[in-house]
Amino acid sequence: MFTDMTADPVDSARVAGLKFPIYMDNHATTPVDPRVLAAMLPYFTETFGNAASRTHAYGWSAEAAVDDARDTIAQLIGAESGKEIVFTSGATESDNLAIKGVAEYYKAKGNHIITTTIEHKAVLDSCKRLEKDGFTVTYVNVGPDGLVNPKDIEAAITDKTILVSVMLANNEVGTIQPIAEIGKLTRARGIIFHTDAVQGLGKTPFDVRAMNVDLASLTAHKIYGPKGVGALYVRRSKPRVRLSAQMDGGGHERGNRSGTLNVPGIVGFAKACKILLEEGVEEANRIRALRDRLHQKITKELDAVVLNGSADHRLPGNLNISFSFVEGEGLMMAIKDVAVSSGSACTSASLEPSYVLRSMGLEEDMAHSSIRFGLGRFNTEQEVDYVAALVVAKVQRLRDMSPLYEMHKAGIDLKSIQWAAH
Amino acid sequence: MAYSEKVIEHYENPRNVGSMDQEDESVGTGLVGAPACGDVMRLQIRVNDAGVIEDAKFKTFGCGSAIASSSLATEWIKGKTIDEAATIQNSQIAEELSLPPVKIHCSVLAEDAIKSAIEDFKKKRAAKQALNQ
Repeated sequence: MFTDMTADPVDSARVAGLKFPIYMDNHATTPVDPRVLAAMLPYFTETFGNAASRTHAYGWSAEAAVDDARDTIAQLIGAESGKEIVFTSGATESDNLAIKGVAEYYKAKGNHIITTTIEHKAVLDSCKRLEKDGFTVTYVNVGPDGLVNPKDIEAAITDKTILVSVMLANNEVGTIQPIAEIGKLTRARGIIFHTDAVQGLGKTPFDVRAMNVDLASLTAHKIYGPKGVGALYVRRSKPRVRLSAQMDGGGHERGNRSGTLNVPGIVGFAKACKILLEEGVEEANRIRALRDRLHQKITKELDAVVLNGSADHRLPGNLNISFSFVEGEGLMMAIKDVAVSSGSACTSASLEPSYVLRSMGLEEDMAHSSIRFGLGRFNTEQEVDYVAALVVAKVQRLRDMSPLYEMHKAGIDLKSIQWAAH
Repeated sequence: MAYSEKVIEHYENPRNVGSMDQEDESVGTGLVGAPACGDVMRLQIRVNDAGVIEDAKFKTFGCGSAIASSSLATEWIKGKTIDEAATIQNSQIAEELSLPPVKIHCSVLAEDAIKSAIEDFKKKRAAKQALNQ
């Protein structure tokens, strides 16, 4: 007996042998590339030495591997030397070290920091901590497109400004910030410029020298490397940037970050960078095509779907869209065959919708209706087609169940209704 | 978040989804919540002359727990008198669906929706009686 396998996207996908749930949350983390894992393995059991051991070959070979890794990572970001790479446990630590380290070291020079409202919490909360210690922080807002205007940064600069921190690419809406323009401004004024480059690394052009970046936070697990290892790029010349270490101990990493180096992690991080050096451009094009395919298939079938954030200045794998009249968490429950995330309040413990979307001026109901698809290296066209069909079917189902959609279709302006906030 | 089996069951197979004519004098409509808060419930009841809820319908914009709470609410009030239905507490809904603490507000909203629909019906009935006198 023949049945129409295309009738139910779920059934036809099971027949086709897709693996569920389909992973489309690559902004949160990425799987380790098998080539990365293979590079790491010998460093657990054979070349297991402490890179700080100077008295024997175990230490020397670990140190050599770490130094090779520094050079590869430096190459990916256009740094002058591997000596400018300080290894950390990840981007949260890198952000903390950059912001608090600069603030502490340069506090005699000034007490003003500029950042944006859409930064990662590691940056925002580091700044908030410094405010308690007497620093003044200006949080520059973004436009409706999720982009920082360099003129707003310029306008916020005072003679007390010692640091500007603006992310390379946003983790929620994928907007790529004008780092080169901001770097020009800060360099001309002798202000240190930090960027959290975590989301953009290897996915969008990034060159610390061409862009006048002084400090850059990096992490391995967003680029198909292991979790628990990151780095901070610290410029060593023109100008030489100094930091007050935030971790006391053996004085590793030229005194910037004490702690025994995670050699296998560092080797994996470097291998992940190497793959991006070789395949990054081609990969970005492939992922962008998949992302656009997903977007087009969804918008072809559904009305009232809004793209959040600039379409042009955007990470190739990011698709953040709001499905009007459908609540994000409710939708995620319906599409549980896909691993995604939502700006809906219901997905957070705080019951507040995404601060990034709110900063962009998105109405709260649209923030509640947002879904972030993060496509990556291992997604396929078949997966995209399945996800598009699933999303379309489930949004239609939930809209049939939504009083707001019914009112919208009846021509009622939802803003004209006196809602009882609760 | 892990949902209880009952939430998933109601979410997958919601009871009584639909709309009634809001202008019909035997229909009471409750619209509670706010889009900005991430949940809106519309619950409607059709009440006969004996004050019994003959039918109930809902539409909900919200998370799985909100949809399940409203689905359960319509199931429970059908066949009850409006006075009986008005005694349903959010805690009963939360208990039946095993809602976690962060989702208790979904059950509160469902209770509000029932009360609001009954109130709307009573208002209509009073207006009709006033007209007939």
